[in-house]
Amino acid sequence: MINITVEDRAGSRHDLDVPVDIGLNLMEVLKAYEYDIQATCGGMGLCATCHIEVIQGAENLSECNDNELDTLDTLPDADSNSRLACQIRPDENMDGLVIKIKALQEA
Amino acid sequence: MITTDICIIGAGPVGLFAVFEAGLLKMRCHLIDALTMVGGQLSEIYPQKPIYDIPGAPGIIAEDLVKNLLLQIEEFKPGFTLGERVESLDKQEDGSYIVKTNEGTAVHCKVVVIAAGLGSFEPRKPAVERLEHFEGKGVHYMVKRPEQFRDKKVVLAGGGDSALDWTIFLSDIASRVTLVHRGETFRGAPDSASKVFELAEKGKIDLILQSQVNSLGGNGILKEVSILSNDKSLTTIATDDFIPLFGLSPKLGPIADWNLGVEKSAVVVNTFDYSTNVERIYAIGDINTYPGKLKLIICGFHEAAIMMQSAFKYVYPDQKLSFKYTTVNGINAF
Repeated sequence: MINITVEDRAGSRHDLDVPVDIGLNLMEVLKAYEYDIQATCGGMGLCATCHIEVIQGAENLSECNDNELDTLDTLPDADSNSRLACQIRPDENMDGLVIKIKALQEA
Repeated sequence: MITTDICIIGAGPVGLFAVFEAGLLKMRCHLIDALTMVGGQLSEIYPQKPIYDIPGAPGIIAEDLVKNLLLQIEEFKPGFTLGERVESLDKQEDGSYIVKTNEGTAVHCKVVVIAAGLGSFEPRKPAVERLEHFEGKGVHYMVKRPEQFRDKKVVLAGGGDSALDWTIFLSDIASRVTLVHRGETFRGAPDSASKVFELAEKGKIDLILQSQVNSLGGNGILKEVSILSNDKSLTTIATDDFIPLFGLSPKLGPIADWNLGVEKSAVVVNTFDYSTNVERIYAIGDINTYPGKLKLIICGFHEAAIMMQSAFKYVYPDQKLSFKYTTVNGINAF
């Protein structure tokens, strides 16, 4: 179990306990905690509706692959701290990660 | 006015298959989709991905499934209106509906089927000052008629495939093409990216990297764009048109205004026949919700079959529906 801090769209922060051994990616974890994430493509890294900004702990994440970078490039508001939550698989090294949800809310 | 038995909103896999199920019961269909192609998410988001859970079609590539579905419904000759978004459903005195799109297309039908997936795909809008002010007055989110840009000065923004492809295409049509991209490199198709760099080197287009368009100017119609570079320097260039291309994102859109029961961006249906709370309006596929709902293509196919049996009574009120297998009767094309 690790701890991740999530800043929601309104700017308030919550600490989440995240299990690392149940095969969920970060998008699925956020959905399980009832954050409103569209995740249109279901986790293929193609739709960019699980866009997050990494505020702290980026160095502990696996690198973006080309596919994820392609998708991020389609977002008008992406920057160098942007990631797709569905492409991040929580592991022990990510304890203390701080992220902000940037993807738009469900219509 | 287009006249049909059933108007299907959404030409994704479920909307397409619904034509087949309707056709078996001698009901004609017209499909409308906001995208300019059929297939919905399969075409827009993951055309090259294999889908593993379509019975009898193991690991089928998404765009192949769409092709096969089109082939399967060909004999029922559905009508298509693509690239238009349904705006309103107007109930007529006899209970039928007139479905109207944003481009003024009208479809008169006896039954409406909403198979709209996640809603209509709409362009993502970048945060640019006065962007909406110039919509239709120089700002375009898609290129529908390239000819309208002939001999014009055009600024495009974006780093994906469509930004690259349109930059290349318009470089032969417009008097001047400028592409503005946030990054330093392009991660779209390598061929397109190198072509864009080549055009820039030859001076055929202007390529402005590590920059973003941040505001628009003009008096009534667009005259100029201001471009902010990552090092905070600001340049203003004259232009006739601005085309930001940042992909599409699904929105429930006008469906929310049709007095249907809606829960968490999905239309509530009765699982008896996937009818909504409004008579003659059904919802199938990812757009609907009910206890136990699974957003799977096969579930949408099932819903389409059941739903069309129920819709029969509105199309043929004087006939009794008798269920027939295709193996016994064939499909009796129109």
